[in-house]
Amino acid sequence: MAVEARLSLVRESFSLAVEFTLPGRGVTALFGPSGCGKTSLLRTLAGLEPQARGYLKVGDAIWQDGAFSLPPHRRSLGYVFQEPSLFAHLNVRRNIEYGLRRLPRHAERPSLERAVALLGLEKLLERKPHQLSGGEQQRVAIARALAVNPAMLLLDEPLAALDEARKAEILPWLETLHRALAIPVLYVSHSRDEVARLADYLLLLEEGRLRAAGPVDQLFARLDLPLAHQPDAETIIQGRVAGHDPEYELSWLDFSGGRFLLARNHLPEGSPVRLQVKANDVSITLARQQDTSILNIFPAVVEALAEDDKAKVMVRLMLGKQPLLCRVTRKSAADLELVPGKKVFVQVKSVALLL
Amino acid sequence: MFAEQDLQALWLSLKLASLTTLILLLLGTPLAWWLARSRWRYRFVLEALVALPLVLPPTVLGFYLLVALGPEGPVGQLMQSLGGGPLAFTFAGLVVGSVLYSLPFVVQPLQNAFQSIGQRPMEVAATLGASPMDRFFSVALPLARPGFLTAAVLGFAHTLGEFGVVLMIGGNIPGRTQVISIAIYDHVEALEYGSAHGIAAGLLLFSFVLLLAVYGLNRRWSGAASWR
Repeated sequence: MAVEARLSLVRESFSLAVEFTLPGRGVTALFGPSGCGKTSLLRTLAGLEPQARGYLKVGDAIWQDGAFSLPPHRRSLGYVFQEPSLFAHLNVRRNIEYGLRRLPRHAERPSLERAVALLGLEKLLERKPHQLSGGEQQRVAIARALAVNPAMLLLDEPLAALDEARKAEILPWLETLHRALAIPVLYVSHSRDEVARLADYLLLLEEGRLRAAGPVDQLFARLDLPLAHQPDAETIIQGRVAGHDPEYELSWLDFSGGRFLLARNHLPEGSPVRLQVKANDVSITLARQQDTSILNIFPAVVEALAEDDKAKVMVRLMLGKQPLLCRVTRKSAADLELVPGKKVFVQVKSVALLL
Repeated sequence: MFAEQDLQALWLSLKLASLTTLILLLLGTPLAWWLARSRWRYRFVLEALVALPLVLPPTVLGFYLLVALGPEGPVGQLMQSLGGGPLAFTFAGLVVGSVLYSLPFVVQPLQNAFQSIGQRPMEVAATLGASPMDRFFSVALPLARPGFLTAAVLGFAHTLGEFGVVLMIGGNIPGRTQVISIAIYDHVEALEYGSAHGIAAGLLLFSFVLLLAVYGLNRRWSGAASWR
């Protein structure tokens, strides 16, 4: 059920032209500054932009081919808009059932219960939209989109209209979805943190063009992309829980370049985890420090350097196959004679567990 | 309490207003929907035409209708060639006149209601598998409910109070074209103030109660029907 897209959309002051393929499952983040065409691309995928041209194939179905465009109501998709956009005249149950009642006769009947349970809406079913909080409304909107068992799920900044508390309320649900769904999910966001937490793949948009596409952990660590030069630039590391140390209340997390020691979590052994290391929390030494409080020290090879600003340099290191970003001053880089290929040690001051 | 002729006029007025409102809701809904959605650059011309009866003296509208519907007029000629009689001085003629006269009172509230729904709910319905027709009936109509109530009541009440147009094209034939407002006028002309009072006060009360019901209902609905 992969997605193949080659789409263009021309408007008076803006044009979109992108080409990409997506795997059959996993969350792809559409990331970029506002006005770069994220929402337009999502609307084009849904068939809501009649001027769009190009080619779009989702699974085995052709949704767009040249001027032919399958109308939105014939596309098997779920769309969650920025605002919840619930039907005000229907209660929660009828909102969720709206799409279910319109499925083609031969379609597999997904259960309302699954969508309701996935988003924890059991107690809200008989309420009207205006009796719900913003976060609850958005959860209903997500359940409504999911209830039809779509071939693709499109989420347009579903957290943008919510305050921090409501965001925190919904994020866990989205993380659940991320693991539970076997369809491609496209997630528009301009929040790096959301992308780091939720996305597997990244489409980086700039002024209606695709700047880069690929797995999130790879793109976050690429020095030629703006992501690696933001003040809070970070590396994302996929790992696995290797075990727990009850004596010091720590957990061991293995990744391809070694083993992290982290404050204890309660995940079972073998659970996949996603770790986040801020580039500002990494430092470089030429010899392995012995008398230090830092637990996470790894041998590494300098792969590349890129000027960050006048005083700072971003260093891309390789820990085996795992890239790691480290921000140092230009003076330190010169003093340590950091050049590509040089063998060093990295000290990671802190690691965050994302998921 | 009321004379036979007054009751006849009242009945005729109610019949005329009901029929006119029904026709206007049927014709006005697609017209209002089109006006609310269309991006045609000359849409404003049609909007101006629809609003014309708001500012036109009823006698002007009535005069041109009389000319058009009479035996020499284009509509009259057409009716005769189809085997019918001219519409002037008939109940059918009154219905045609009332539909034109009350058109903006029905179309404008409907157009406003459709416009205030916005594009979003329709797009949501489309992504959930609803065809354009389905979206209209399952989303646009229910969300425009307060607009329909306002449109129906304004159209009905405005037709009930019609005077100038009716007088021009219908004359004053008791039982056939004499409506309630003309009956009041006749009583006043004949200095029968008591009878005029009876009908006038009845109409006043009726109109007030009707509007009271509309505003009350709209207030109740607005809590649940506002789009958030």
